[in-house]
Amino acid sequence: MAVPKFEMQVSDLISEDIEAYLHAHQHKSMLRFLTCGSVDDGKSTLIGRLLYDSKMIFEDQLAALEADSKKVGTQGGDIDFALLVDGLAAEREQGITIDVAYRFFSTDKRKFIVADTPGHEQYTRNMVTGASTADAAIILIDARKGVLTQTRRHSYLVSLLGIRHVVVAINKMDLVGWSQETFDRIVAEYRDFAAQIGIKAFTAIPMSALKGDNITEPSEKSPWYSGPPLLRWLEDAPVEDDLQTKPFRMPVQWVNRPDLDFRGFSGQIASGSIKPGDKVKALPSGRESTVARIVTFTGDLTEAVAGQSVTLTLADEIDVSRGDVLAVASQPPEVADQFEATIVWFDEEPLLPGRPYLLKAGTRTVQAQVAEPKFKVNVNTLEKLAAKRLEVNEIGVANLSLAAPIAFDAYGENKDLGGFILIDRITNRTVGAGMLHFALRRSQNIHWQAMDVSKAARSAAKGQKARVVWFTGLSGSGKSTIANLLEKRLAAQGRHTYTLDGDNVRHGLNRDLGFTDADRVENIRRVAEVSRLMVDAGLIVLVSFISPFRAERQLARDLLGEREFVEVFVDTPLAEAEKRDVKGLYAKARKGELKNFTGIDSPYEAPETPEIRIDTTALTPEQAAEQIFAWLEGAFDPGI
Amino acid sequence: MDTRVSPEGAQGPLLSPQTLPHKTLTHLQRLEAESIHIFREVVAECENPVMLYSIGKDSAVMLRLAQKAFFPSRPPFPLLHVDTTWKFRAMYDLRGQMARESGMELLVHKNPEAVERGINPFDHGSLHTDMWKTEGLKQAIDKYGFDAAFGGGRRDEEKSRAKERILSFRTPEHRWDPKNQRPELWRLYNTRKSQGENFRAFPISNWTELDIWQYIYLEGIPIVPLYFAAERPVVERDGNLIMVDDDRFRLRPGEVPQMKSIRFRTQGCYPLTGAIESTADTLPLIIQEMLLATTSERQGRVIDHDQSASMEKKKQEGYF
Repeated sequence: MAVPKFEMQVSDLISEDIEAYLHAHQHKSMLRFLTCGSVDDGKSTLIGRLLYDSKMIFEDQLAALEADSKKVGTQGGDIDFALLVDGLAAEREQGITIDVAYRFFSTDKRKFIVADTPGHEQYTRNMVTGASTADAAIILIDARKGVLTQTRRHSYLVSLLGIRHVVVAINKMDLVGWSQETFDRIVAEYRDFAAQIGIKAFTAIPMSALKGDNITEPSEKSPWYSGPPLLRWLEDAPVEDDLQTKPFRMPVQWVNRPDLDFRGFSGQIASGSIKPGDKVKALPSGRESTVARIVTFTGDLTEAVAGQSVTLTLADEIDVSRGDVLAVASQPPEVADQFEATIVWFDEEPLLPGRPYLLKAGTRTVQAQVAEPKFKVNVNTLEKLAAKRLEVNEIGVANLSLAAPIAFDAYGENKDLGGFILIDRITNRTVGAGMLHFALRRSQNIHWQAMDVSKAARSAAKGQKARVVWFTGLSGSGKSTIANLLEKRLAAQGRHTYTLDGDNVRHGLNRDLGFTDADRVENIRRVAEVSRLMVDAGLIVLVSFISPFRAERQLARDLLGEREFVEVFVDTPLAEAEKRDVKGLYAKARKGELKNFTGIDSPYEAPETPEIRIDTTALTPEQAAEQIFAWLEGAFDPGI
Repeated sequence: MDTRVSPEGAQGPLLSPQTLPHKTLTHLQRLEAESIHIFREVVAECENPVMLYSIGKDSAVMLRLAQKAFFPSRPPFPLLHVDTTWKFRAMYDLRGQMARESGMELLVHKNPEAVERGINPFDHGSLHTDMWKTEGLKQAIDKYGFDAAFGGGRRDEEKSRAKERILSFRTPEHRWDPKNQRPELWRLYNTRKSQGENFRAFPISNWTELDIWQYIYLEGIPIVPLYFAAERPVVERDGNLIMVDDDRFRLRPGEVPQMKSIRFRTQGCYPLTGAIESTADTLPLIIQEMLLATTSERQGRVIDHDQSASMEKKKQEGYF
């Protein structure tokens, strides 16, 4: 039998100078990565190939592999690498895999932990689990098939879990004759899609996992490809690169109290670094102190960084316990008890809004209720769909309300402070996981006063569906004109309406606000809150605001809920709006007399998927108002 | 017998101020930090945890990690050795030494039924392992009411282990149901359980055999001397080299113990543990031999040979 080749290990060093080898091994870094793809994409073959090429397979295992390959292999008697990564006996018999498996191999630069997440029914759960600890992801595409629905699904989940280092492995290139044209076409198609879901950068590699091309060495078969082979990419990908430069955070796991003289706080540093003398704040209490010592078994440290498990002592006796977060005093995380979050549901029993679950984030476990989802995402098409609850393997966005405030960062900023699991209080199962987006309200102690007459009752009394029609568009695009015509049309039908106009509101409620980005955000937040109260009163609210930023329109949408928010994009090209310039503002802005003017020196982010788009170069204001009216009266079915 | 440590070429403690990490943590630093996190999480959330101490190299690393996790406190749980009475003498020596040095309570459980029936590896085959280890472990957990047991399982050991969770849940009857294990995301472990349920926690799940050896080398962790090559009396049986460790060993007709330079890659019941011929008597040489080896670690264990999925069956029955 052929002894596996040491293609990736410094084999000579092992046999000739083991101490030098050990010294090198001691300084290896570690990369955890995820492979996404179905059996057909050659995922198991790729992992088997990596293990084989890195000499992770011993002779006895190889003998078993060769025997199995003859017996049940799919490679006509050749070694079937996929069998190497096959697992539990029950699965093997059924020919299915049902879980997440972790594999290990190393090169002379790095140790790798591969999360292998098989497909099939539990796919979303498994992949989200595997992705949660991954630094990088390999998305496999069969060169014969190109970008498939499942490629989109994998990519969406990779993006959702915040993995920023992505390889698109275009596999089975041998079966398309190593065609550069095919490769380029798939890459172009993937690039369009990746941009939509927030994958900013990726590396595409043409390969054949089965034949070993572009895995460890550049292949002669793709002279047109000048990028790295897969393994070199894996060796060079940055690991947790920016965690240490973020503000210091450490969830307290355990209060270390061996005797009355020592009181330390043990935990794993989630981000940043810490030195004795640094000022820290304990959250949620907000009490401050200074780090006295960083205690470890092998002696005190002068500095500790993200990823390390340490014990800190503080200069002052302040009350800190398990579940608290120690953070750099100058940049503490927020503390809140109501959030918006993305939730991935794992359990056969669906997520029920209002039911109390346990939420564990960092080292804190609190009771949590989930509101009715704002929407769920079809992971195949990425469509947002209305949802009353989440079924197993569904993903949705919903608000959460906790029984006690917690310290948190948005998941995008800090996975340890923004990632959470949900636990069923009866079965104790882990039923879901999620990612915190933002706190809903800073006023933590104001609880919603329940009213006996509900919004639905008030709307019904008026015989209408209360909601907000939100007009967005450049200054001078025609928003207020169309809103005014629409309100007249609605009033003629006996509808109860109110219009919130940008200029009018700035004369009163928002007169303390200017036109900086921060003030614009606050402007919109207030208008969104006011319109929410009006919708609660049963009114049809017409909001006419430039509202240039997507995020704030989204905030308004989130606040109101998908079914009560109708976004109308009054689409007038800048040149056209500037030509009309009814208020003479563009002229002023051009002369520099008006700062932060949208479209001139402040951006306008057009809506991507508004409910209604009005092309003012094709419609008169009357036609536009009529179109919106018709949509409101007929086309919109809030029950979907 | 002396316990061997590893002075030669050791580069000092992993987290000493001199080797402070400045940018990226090394793989061993990441693994160590993860293991410590798991130890603390289980201790913080469970009522009555215990550490299964089998005296092998994985246990030695686990013990060091536990000490690091809770320093300057002692690890707030006892050590439990589920004894078969057939371990190597050198293992019993090290067991006593480590309990003394760590200051931790050492609980030794011997299945009373196995004691009474004189279960031994010569007459009882696989019943020996079932009764002493599998049954013995269940008895001890029930007897002391442990709700969590730290074990030294690693995912790289065997194919079915690759899918094992960090926390592995067991019914009150100690059964492991592969379909009813919990997903583990980020660093969040769900330790909630109902009355009578318990779980095994595997803090070194993500370590490989090489990582274990490297860590022992760097940290100077005491291990059983049998890992190092020395002249020892052995007989050759069914292709395995078995050491004659005490006078309970039953020689077959014609068998005469021979002195050979041997060492052991795993530690277990001495009549069931195969040795390899070797002259590797330092840690670097052991690691070198391990890296150049062409057979997997568990091959030296006689009980795993039956069928490819036998480990998984043992797990379902509560072996781990």
